[in-house]
This record gives sequence, structure tokens and C-alpha cells, in this order.
Amino acid sequence: MTELLNIENISVHFPSPGGRVVRAVQDVSLSIAEGETLALVGESGSGKSTLGYTVAGLQPPTSGTLRFEGVPLTSRTWPAARRKIQIVFQDPFGALDPRMPISSTIAEPLLIQRIGTSASRMARAEELVQQVGLPRDALNRYPHEFSGGQRQRIAIARALSPNPRLIVADEPLSALDVSIQSQVLNLMKEVQEKLGLSYLFISHDLAVVNHLVDRVAVLYLGRLVEVGPREALFGKPAHPYTEALLASVPRIGRKRARNAGAIKGEMPSPLNPPTGCVFHTRCPRAQPMCSEVVPVLEAVAGQGAHQAACHFKE
Amino acid sequence: MSATMMKTEAAIGVWRLRWRRFRKHRTGMISLVILAALILFVLAAYPMQWLLGIDPNAADLFSRFDPPSPGHYLGMDEAGRDVLVRLMIGGQISLLVGILATLIGGMVGVAIGISAGYFGGKVDNALMRFTDGMIALPLLPLLIVLGAIDLTKLGFSQDFARSGAAGFWRIVVIISIVDWTAIARLVRAATLQIRERDYVRAARAAGASAWYMMATHILPNIATPIIVSFTLTVGRVILSESVLSFLGFGIVPPTPSWGNMLNNAQELVTTAPALAVYPGLLIFITVIAVNFLGDGLQHAFDPRSER
Repeated sequence: MTELLNIENISVHFPSPGGRVVRAVQDVSLSIAEGETLALVGESGSGKSTLGYTVAGLQPPTSGTLRFEGVPLTSRTWPAARRKIQIVFQDPFGALDPRMPISSTIAEPLLIQRIGTSASRMARAEELVQQVGLPRDALNRYPHEFSGGQRQRIAIARALSPNPRLIVADEPLSALDVSIQSQVLNLMKEVQEKLGLSYLFISHDLAVVNHLVDRVAVLYLGRLVEVGPREALFGKPAHPYTEALLASVPRIGRKRARNAGAIKGEMPSPLNPPTGCVFHTRCPRAQPMCSEVVPVLEAVAGQGAHQAACHFKE
Repeated sequence: MSATMMKTEAAIGVWRLRWRRFRKHRTGMISLVILAALILFVLAAYPMQWLLGIDPNAADLFSRFDPPSPGHYLGMDEAGRDVLVRLMIGGQISLLVGILATLIGGMVGVAIGISAGYFGGKVDNALMRFTDGMIALPLLPLLIVLGAIDLTKLGFSQDFARSGAAGFWRIVVIISIVDWTAIARLVRAATLQIRERDYVRAARAAGASAWYMMATHILPNIATPIIVSFTLTVGRVILSESVLSFLGFGIVPPTPSWGNMLNNAQELVTTAPALAVYPGLLIFITVIAVNFLGDGLQHAFDPRSER
């Protein structure tokens, strides 16, 4: 598979009052192949949305390089790349302009990129409305007339309009009813198969991730702690944080294992991250060295694609 | 389901949808017609003068307070001038001052407010401190100073500085200068609310310019408070024109405006009440029509409003 997007040593820092720095994303390297779905999972505050915004061109990285289709993204190459990287947001109610009819909303990326004529853009909107399974009369209506699931379909149609290669989906299902989630998930799968898209799928819902993605990257406190193919990572997590994350997924019919897997305490503040391994304050395997030496992301024994950053990987 | 029903309804542009919604707003449409009629009425001054041979500024002390008669349909005023023709000419000036000063002042206010809100940071600080400074200036001394500026010193010709047009533009500029601050603050606050919405982010991710964002997403979403404040401003400007004229700047008698006609008629309210009623009524109709027009525009811009 050819590589579509390469994230190389990306860090995103925000200045904070008092001259301190919030290290939202720290030195993350990842890649996404064509037609692949990569999940970015982690708790709130782990930096997964920030990284997603960086990939979508909404948040310039403090350092590091993004490479799209082999070309490093700079202020000169971003404009052309923008139409190939689109974003779908979490909240379907904030994602659509309430004063803009659906037809204009869907065709908006085309208008901004000056693709086609106004007639051809409207024709594209008509085509997309059918493709995402919206009612036929949706085009001349406004967002308030639609349910959350339908709005998310509209947002997906908007993202699809300029024929992108990569869609950053920032928790696209978490604001929807469970019954609607699977419909939207199926739609995303369907268009991916049809168009050969790649997704950067940001989520904290591991059940959803398990349905859609090829590979999983786990972020903790802005650091990449484990990345690997879905089966390998879910089947045999190497990092204690991933293990705990998986154990915390509630399942019907399974008695909650007492204490097992529950992560102790709260995530430390990204203003003042722990020394050494950032997870050592909550880690069941922590040893003295963990608070001193930063673990490197390296392959889990016998598996090249499955990597974890832990001194005591299993 | 028939074959024709299967076809997707053709998409319509956003402006045509807005016009559709506006047309359904009855009072808005009526106001549009009334304003069009008012404009026709004030423009009728030219054919009226020509047909009836009336000079609107020529005093005739023998016909002071004459009742309506053929040739002078609304009678004569305290200086023996034709009231109807003066109302028409005064209307041209009042409507133009009202509309121009509102539009110029309003656009300045919107531009400053939206830039401050959208760009934030230093731009916001600079623009808002400037606005605060303007608000802090005492109004009346400022008006007197602005009114006393010698236009010839600014590079205008002697002829222009003495003409009625100079007075007209002076008043438009003065009102525009003092009247944009409220709109600027309002627009800034509204912009701050919209700026970080996801639909603005989505457009940014697609590569939209700041200009596109302001024109396409922010302005329509803050249209409601802007329209309300514009419509209120038109009425206020027509009245402040009369205040300024009373102070001796801008529209100076004998050139009529609704404002100065109303002012003159104050002293005569017991002897000739009609002289106050006509311009008062016309200002009233204008302000009401503009307000309802604003209602209609709000309805057109806000798809959620029902009626």
C-alpha cells in the first residue's frame, strides 16, 4: 500500500498564562496508507483532537513535518492539499451553518476551492445528497430541519464534495444516538469502499473503532504510546495503558472484573507532565527507572508493525 | 411514487431562497412598497415644481398660512411657501441623509466590529480602544467643532463650500462619524460568538479566506442584531439631522428637510398644527416602514423564524 500521509515528529504546544507551555502533542510520528483507516484513541485531553486539527490544517504544528502524497506541507503546498484533506466534526449541530441551505453547505468546499461553475457545484450537491442517503428534498432546506444523524450525513457529504483522499473524522459518532451510530458508521464504510478514501478516525469508543479501523494509535498525554494493526493491538496489547483502556470497555453480559484494568487516578496536567515515562504515575508495572528514562517507541517482539513505548512491554 | 417525484429537487442559490422567504413576509413586503412610494413621492418634487410653476424657497408674505387651494394642495407655510413641494424636497434630503448616514456609519461600524472580533488579539485591542475613545468624546462640542471646519482649508473649492451640497455632505459625514460606535461593539460581540463554530472551522480547513468567512458565515449569522440596529438608526439619524440643522450646521433654511420643517412648526403648533403634522407623519411612516422592512429581512435571513 502506498503511503498517503506521513506525520513526522509533530509537536503542538500552546502558550499558557504565566509563560508556561501546554504540550498538547509531543513528538508524534504516524503514517496513513491509501484506503486505510487509522484510529486515534485516548482519553479526553490526550491530544487526539489537536493532532487531528493539525492534520486538517486547522492547527499549525510547533515543530515537525506533515507529508501528504510525498510532498511536505508548507504554506505553499497547503492550499492545493486542502481539497484532498477534509474534516468531519463531532457535534453535528455546530458543524453546519444554520443560515445556509444544505445545497450550499455541501458545495462549499468546491466554492472555496473555485472548482467548477455554480451549476456544476449544485449538480454535485444533488448527487451527494443521494449518495449519503438523505431525503430528496433536503437541498433547499436548512440544518434545523434535520436530526443529528441526518446532519452528520450532510457533514459527510460536504467533506466528500471535493473528492478528498483523506477525511479526518473527529469523534463523528459520539454525539449521536446509539441506533444512529451504526447507520453513519456503515455510510462511512460504504463510501470508503467505493472511493478508496483514508480515514483518520479520532475516537474514544473502542467498540466503534473495532468495527471500522485497520490500525490503532493510542495517545496518552500527547505522546504516542502504542500503535499497531487492530487485531494485534486489541488482541495482545503491549502497553499497560492500552491494556487498561481495553479492560475499561463495558460489555453486556460480562461481570465487571473487580479492580482489574481500572486505571488509577487522573491524567496528569499537560502543563506539568511527569518525568521519564509519562504514564508511570498511574502504571501498574512502574519501576524506578520509569520515572527517569523516557521509553522509545519500538517494535514489540516478533512484530514489526506493532510498536509500543514502554520499558516493560508484554 | 411517480417518475417525476423520484427526481431530486433542483438546488436553488441562497439569495433566491432568501428572496422567497422575504416575499412571504407580508409586512416586510408592504413596507418595501411604502418606501418605494415615499421615494416616488419625494422625486415628484421636480415635475410638480415645473407643472405648477412653484419656487419652494420663494417667500410670499401675503399668502402666509393660506389654506389648501388648487395649485397649492396642502396650503402655505408661515413664510408663504408651498407646503407640499417643500415636503417633497425636504423628504429627498431627509431620506438621503437617513439612508446614507446609516449605511456609511453602519458599514464603518460593521467593518471595525467584525475585524476586531474575527482577528482578535492586537487588532481587536487597537480597534476597540479606538472605539472606546470615540465613545468617550463629548458629543455636542465635537459636533460644533466638526460643523465649524472650514471646507476650503481641506482643499474643497469656495463654490462647493458655500453650496447646499456641502451642508448636506457635512451632515452625512458628521452623523456617520459619531454613529458607528454602538454597531461596532455589537458586531464585535456577535462575531466572537460565531468565530469558533465548527462550520467556520470547516470552511477554514477547506482553505477559505478571512474575507470569505466574514461574508459567508459570520455576516448572515449576525444579521439579526445588525438589521435591528440599522433600522433603529435610520429613524434616529433623520431626527438628529433636525437637531444639527437647529444648531446651524448642515441643512440650513431656506432649504427644507423634514427635520427642520418639524422644528420650525414647533412654535406654530397652536396656530397652524398641520405644519407640524405633515413632516411628523412622514418621519413616522418612514421609521415604521424601515422597521418592518428590517423584520422582513430578519425573517429572510433566519430560516428558523416562522410566520
